Amino acid sequence: MTNPVLDINNLVVSVGKKTGGPKIIDGISIKVHEGETLCLVGESGSGKSVTSLTTMGLLPKGTLVPSGGSVKLVGEEILTATDRRLRQLRATKMAMIFQEPMTALNPVVPVGRQIDEVLRAHTRLDARARKRRILDMMEQVHLPQVERIFASYPHRLSGGQRQRIMIAMALVLEPKLLIADEPTTALDVTTQKQILSLIRELQRDHGTAVLFITHDMGVVAEIADRVAVMRQGRLVETGPLDTVLRNPTMEYTRNLLASVPSLVPRPPREDSREPVVLEANDLSKVYKERAFFGKGREVVAADKVTLTLRKGRTLGIVGESGSGKSTVARCIVRLIDPTSGGVRLAGREISDISRRLLQPHRQKIQIVFQDPYRSLNPRVSVGESIAEGPINYGVSHANAMKRARELLELVGLPADAVSRYPHQFSGGQRQRIAIARALALDPDVLVADEAVSALDVSVQAQVLDLLDEIQKRLGIAILFITHDLRVAAQICDEVVVMQHGRVVEQGPAAEVLTHPQEAYTRALLDAAPGRHWDFANFRPVSEGVGASA
Amino acid sequence: MLGYLLRRIFAAVPVMGVVALFVFLLLRLTPGDPAAILAGDNATPERLERIRTSLGLNEPLIVQFITWVNKLLHGDLGTSLISNLPVMKMIGQRVEPSISIALSTIILAVIVAVPLGAIAAWKHGTWIDRFVMGLSVLGFSVPVFVVGYLLIEVFAIDLRWVPVQGFKSISAGFGPFFERIILPTCALSFIYIALIARMTRAAMLDVLGEDYVRTARAKGINEVAVMLRHALRNAAVPVITVIGTGFALLISGVVVTESVFNIPGIGRLTVDAVLARDYPVIQAMILLTSLIYVVVNLLIDVAYTLLDPRIRY
Repeated sequence: MTNPVLDINNLVVSVGKKTGGPKIIDGISIKVHEGETLCLVGESGSGKSVTSLTTMGLLPKGTLVPSGGSVKLVGEEILTATDRRLRQLRATKMAMIFQEPMTALNPVVPVGRQIDEVLRAHTRLDARARKRRILDMMEQVHLPQVERIFASYPHRLSGGQRQRIMIAMALVLEPKLLIADEPTTALDVTTQKQILSLIRELQRDHGTAVLFITHDMGVVAEIADRVAVMRQGRLVETGPLDTVLRNPTMEYTRNLLASVPSLVPRPPREDSREPVVLEANDLSKVYKERAFFGKGREVVAADKVTLTLRKGRTLGIVGESGSGKSTVARCIVRLIDPTSGGVRLAGREISDISRRLLQPHRQKIQIVFQDPYRSLNPRVSVGESIAEGPINYGVSHANAMKRARELLELVGLPADAVSRYPHQFSGGQRQRIAIARALALDPDVLVADEAVSALDVSVQAQVLDLLDEIQKRLGIAILFITHDLRVAAQICDEVVVMQHGRVVEQGPAAEVLTHPQEAYTRALLDAAPGRHWDFANFRPVSEGVGASA
Repeated sequence: MLGYLLRRIFAAVPVMGVVALFVFLLLRLTPGDPAAILAGDNATPERLERIRTSLGLNEPLIVQFITWVNKLLHGDLGTSLISNLPVMKMIGQRVEPSISIALSTIILAVIVAVPLGAIAAWKHGTWIDRFVMGLSVLGFSVPVFVVGYLLIEVFAIDLRWVPVQGFKSISAGFGPFFERIILPTCALSFIYIALIARMTRAAMLDVLGEDYVRTARAKGINEVAVMLRHALRNAAVPVITVIGTGFALLISGVVVTESVFNIPGIGRLTVDAVLARDYPVIQAMILLTSLIYVVVNLLIDVAYTLLDPRIRY
């Protein structure tokens, strides 16, 4: 076998300058060869990003320090290299692309010039030769109208286009090693699919070794040759893709795979004859941008959306970013006012009544937001946060706090958590708190706006179970907004597929997600990464179908 | 860009109109006879009558306003009640010192403070950072007249490098102009250096944590380029805001410095006018100050659009 491009041997990274600080990376060893993709998989806090930043020499100085082992790039030691040498190696021998294409490019410099900077720093080419090379690279990453994009500022480009620019920037000097740190996590599935195949294609053409960092097993199944599973700074398991997915040897890997929600919808529940608790009729939201002179711009964020939700059922709204799914949710909860159309909550029209008259109805519908790190007030104790709603509706402080304790136990947290503050809890625990807060008002409808999207899969599975259990116990109706078809398949009875503010298709989840009628739904399903793998059963989907037939 | 500029200038007209109306009513709506207020307690009837006619107080309010605005548009701001000189001329004499000092102060402050703040942010948490921040606390807490008298004591009285006080127009030659303006500039810039350095440091710290700075480093370009090309320009917007408002404050509000260095600027003119209840001068000063703020705000907004391509109006 050829010499590895990247050879990490027994690497230790610890906190602080002194030795003996807590170890973030504790003795990991991985090799990546030419033309190979190694997927580094792990949940948040596993140390996968620290590993990649160590390799690039980009660790924040003084806070995280490599304290042992070695990192060799084509035989050259990185850990002891001077800053000057590291700068020479970056972009020429090793390059990196990051998670957020929205923020990874400098907003005040045209993208062409940002790529040009790489060439100016590392080559002696003249301006014309540099521009030719950049345009050529931009064509290789399949950007349209390269001359125009060359002169564009990042905010004029879509997320996918920006990530292509990042890839062009990383590969323009044909580095031996490309580190891709969750490069598709922030993108829509259809864009993600394109970017993954682009990385594949360029790797084939240039023989690049790719260290691909992700938390998403679906993406792993799409792109990896070999997989390395990390947990809390240690390597759990390494092996070829097929072996790890079929025969994971370690308990942790098995659990991780088992938590990946299946794209195959859960068995449908019986049709419900319970009363309808929430109805939206021709709900529309138009944003008008007023100009000082001349005519303003109109953006139709939601266009005549109609949906119904019965007691005890879960309705999913799925769609990509900009599809209007969150706008619909916010209109229904009246966080924003719909432009036209109606919302009936428990038989009462609420779309056009004033905020004051709305007040008694608010408690019937409650919302849980995406980011548990930002949706709880950091300076208010958990108990006060949960009790605030009931107190608002006239419950005495003592009773509200008593209820808060019960709710915390209901969502699987200790009752004494009432006096603690949000920062003392993990992401999954905070989302449980957010759910408890929403339940405090005994709502008929719970709106979950991407409520599990920011969570690791194992935690996600737990929160989904919790929602399911709460629904069974309280008979609450759930409106579940998500971009993740896997999650939708596991929790929804019915789904509504949205695109550009319109409903494309709706129906029972089992129908829509297995026999989609509309081209867009099919495209969405088709783009779902790892759709050929049934992770939880450690086998490809086709084999599962074969076995059961 | 040009269209935007014209729109903004056009939008400033109603703002100035409201200010003008306010300034006009300031005197007319004060309870009692404005002429009596203006004339003071021991005024003779003749003096009262003279004031009434000179201000046109015998006319209806609307006619007074139109006449007043008409005069205003022709550059006639009225006559000082104290010195009997045209207000326009009084201000004209005082504008050069004030603008000179404001400009030189802000230039000095920017030249010193922006690099200081940037370096402090770059070396965040080191002794350099703490030293710069310590300096800025000092700059905030030492009053301008203390700095002023200290500078006079050392450089004018002991070392005899520069004159103690006064002002010479730049038309009298750069040398005399410069040696009189340097001490007040240094004294005044102290607090602005502290302010701008702090703002620059905070803005830079924000920006240095951004993903695109990491991207820039991952490209293998050197730290100076990372700081200048990627960090500083993105940090510029809040810093420009502080510089702009600082400049506007400087023109109208440097009374103490003008007193310490005996400079005939508009700050002292304003204070003298207020103490003497010289209404025409006060009115003119309010108008002038508002105009300065409107213009400076316009310049700040234009600077935003030049610095950040995402900002479009």
